[in-house]
Amino acid sequence: MHLGVLTRAPWLAWGRPVLARLWGMLMVLGLVSVLVFVLTRLAAGDPVALLLGDQASLQDIAQARARYGLDAPIVEQYLRWLGEVLQGHLGQSIFLQMPVHQVLLDRVEPTLSLALLAVGVAMLIGVPSGLAAAVWRGRWIDQWVSTLAMLGASMPSFWMGLLLIQLLAVGLGWFPVSGYGAPDASWAQRLHHLLLPALVLGMLNSALITRFTRAAMLDILGEDYIRTARAKGLPEVRVILLHALRNALVPILTVLGLTLALMIGGAVVTETVFNLPGLGNLVVRAVLRRDYPVIQGALLAIAGVYVLINGVIDLLYLWVDPRVRHG
Amino acid sequence: MAEPQRWWRHLLARRMVLVAAILLGLLLLLTLVGPWFLPDPMALKVSQRLKPPSWAYLAGTDELGHDMASRLVLGARYSLAIGASTAVLAVLAGTVLGLLAGFFRRLDGPLMRLVDAMMAFPDILLGIALVAILGASPVNVVLALSLVYTPRVARVVRACALVIRSLPYVEAARAVGVRSPRLLRVHVLPNLMSPILVQLSFVFAYALLAEAGLSFLGVGVGADVPTWGTMVAASTPYAERAVWMLFFPGLAIVLSAWSLQVLGDGVRDLLDPRLRGAP
Repeated sequence: MHLGVLTRAPWLAWGRPVLARLWGMLMVLGLVSVLVFVLTRLAAGDPVALLLGDQASLQDIAQARARYGLDAPIVEQYLRWLGEVLQGHLGQSIFLQMPVHQVLLDRVEPTLSLALLAVGVAMLIGVPSGLAAAVWRGRWIDQWVSTLAMLGASMPSFWMGLLLIQLLAVGLGWFPVSGYGAPDASWAQRLHHLLLPALVLGMLNSALITRFTRAAMLDILGEDYIRTARAKGLPEVRVILLHALRNALVPILTVLGLTLALMIGGAVVTETVFNLPGLGNLVVRAVLRRDYPVIQGALLAIAGVYVLINGVIDLLYLWVDPRVRHG
Repeated sequence: MAEPQRWWRHLLARRMVLVAAILLGLLLLLTLVGPWFLPDPMALKVSQRLKPPSWAYLAGTDELGHDMASRLVLGARYSLAIGASTAVLAVLAGTVLGLLAGFFRRLDGPLMRLVDAMMAFPDILLGIALVAILGASPVNVVLALSLVYTPRVARVVRACALVIRSLPYVEAARAVGVRSPRLLRVHVLPNLMSPILVQLSFVFAYALLAEAGLSFLGVGVGADVPTWGTMVAASTPYAERAVWMLFFPGLAIVLSAWSLQVLGDGVRDLLDPRLRGAP
């Protein structure tokens, strides 16, 4: 690092890296939109042929293609589609006869509630066990934590879900078997419906949080200021909870954010097992019904949110950690 | 790493890694010799439908009277073959992309942006979309999942390649005029073997899980292909009456995915002594 960085105006030190990250984010979003467009176009084949059926004459098809702009070069079609998307027009669901953005908005609440609850569960499991594994590194507790975390990461969510449904919902009757309750259900009833799926999703996704917490704590426990804190006679509990854990908060919050971003689209299977009307469930149904505008919109929304959350985390890092800013 | 024997000894010194290796070995053995002593997996015995586990039927029977234990051994072939082919394909493609990005500055930006964009889609969702395009079949599931996991491998390999290219002996080789292809083959690839091995075992495990998930959702290998995933999916209507139909195929997935990940983790710890627990 050269001295100039230290003497320059603060906004200059900020501007460049922030702009670079925003630019990168924009590029990735652009690529995501290309991928979504190409994927759904490949999957759908020629929409006109689908629309008109095999009775249509070549002339009809040519006319319809011209009407929908499908005779234009593919790049032009993509750009036109992108323009529509940027204005918030995601098209019309073929099956549900509703605007796609409306369909998506209806599904956001269950998915978001499930993801937030599941992150809570994952945090309650991952942070304490990662902490314990770091503090008693190499002892039996460390080995068991990593074994169990790995076990969680090895379980198919639908298998765990189906077993727990059999055990806790069908057998003991503690939870509803599936669904999201009646349309006018109270929030307490909704919560009751979400608990079991959140438990499954949280348990199976706690491994990443455990690993991050352990690694962050191990890094910090080797720092000089921890040695100083110990040397001046602070009790070990205070050293770990006040000095070390507080400094590990940034990586831990990062991994929580990442887990949340992953769960928004990654809960497809869990939502299907528990029949929750969320985004993932919507995509699966749309694929089975070949409802391409919905697939397109949902993929775009899910991947877009993921990129945005990642971008925000990146920018926060810039703000929290000056080494990243200047490095 | 020069002495494979010592390397293996170090790896197996950890109890969990040893357990995982034994489990995988047993699984492979069962897959190979199981058909010799287990009943025919295709034999239907209508009188023996939905029987719980017993000495005659170690894992019970399914709704058609198939012996579940034989079905599990049969499913192992399909599941493991799909997982292994996905892992090999994804690691090959990912290694090539990662090396290209790591060694050729001009390709790095665009390739890594593409990797970022692909990784913005959750694994299972991208898998669903790709299988929807390609059609449901074992080969297409392998192709789709290879595409899904290639970016992950590419990212890891690129990171390692960036480290390796700045090592003094690589710079020295370059300075004396060793050309890129030879440089990659002789100096770089051998150094990448361990991270590649780690990725191989992890992608294998992920692919096992993803195949099961896709098959459960009905966009997988097709209901007539007996993988562990389709077995779990087929068990759902009978879960209440015959929980063993649900339990055993899932357990097979869990145990194999766990062993593979523990093995991968063991190799990774060998690589990065900082992460290794005390001996």
